[in-house]
Amino acid sequence: MAIIAGVNIPDNLRVVIGLTSIYGIGRNRAADIAKDLNISSSTRMRELSDEDLAAIRNAIDRAGIMIEGDLRRENQLNVRRLVEIQSYRGQRHRRGLPVRGQRTKTNARTKRGRRQTVAGKRRAPSH
Amino acid sequence: MSRSVRKGPFIDPKLMKKVDKARRERTRGAIRTWARASTIMPDMVGLTFAVHNGRTFVPVLVTENMVGHRLGEFAATRVFRSHSGNR
Repeated sequence: MAIIAGVNIPDNLRVVIGLTSIYGIGRNRAADIAKDLNISSSTRMRELSDEDLAAIRNAIDRAGIMIEGDLRRENQLNVRRLVEIQSYRGQRHRRGLPVRGQRTKTNARTKRGRRQTVAGKRRAPSH
Repeated sequence: MSRSVRKGPFIDPKLMKKVDKARRERTRGAIRTWARASTIMPDMVGLTFAVHNGRTFVPVLVTENMVGHRLGEFAATRVFRSHSGNR
């Protein structure tokens, strides 16, 4: 178990994948970091020495990227701003609907969550 | 995709004129406009706009953190009155 950037404890995963369990680091950034430190893509997290882990933490700090709590807070503030200024996008956030003009007649399930069955709604007769 | 920086922000020239006038004369009262696509500029802060939503003019008091948005974002064009099922 390695702890990087606070609470993250990836384990038997490959390093490039394990790093993506840090909020704010995706496949690209993980790959960049691994490349910088000459960690091969087949290396597993458990094969890393303490020095390697220190080097990774260092690389993340140096990268000047926002991760974990800071990033979450930033995103939250951005949304709150939209809501507070009563913008259309803010209204969409508040209602939990897609913000960028997607259709909502069907789909949009990611944003709206699991289907909620509405009583009394019948399938239209087929003809 | 966002707008090219080269072009600069879009502001309806007519609206710009009204804004300048309002600022010069320190007028009270909303600026009527249909220019929903116009970007809100820093010097519009504190002014009130009456933004057309297709039917009526919605009063919008511009605050600091609205800068960079479009006027139309603050005057909804649709009214949603809940589905018949959810009483």
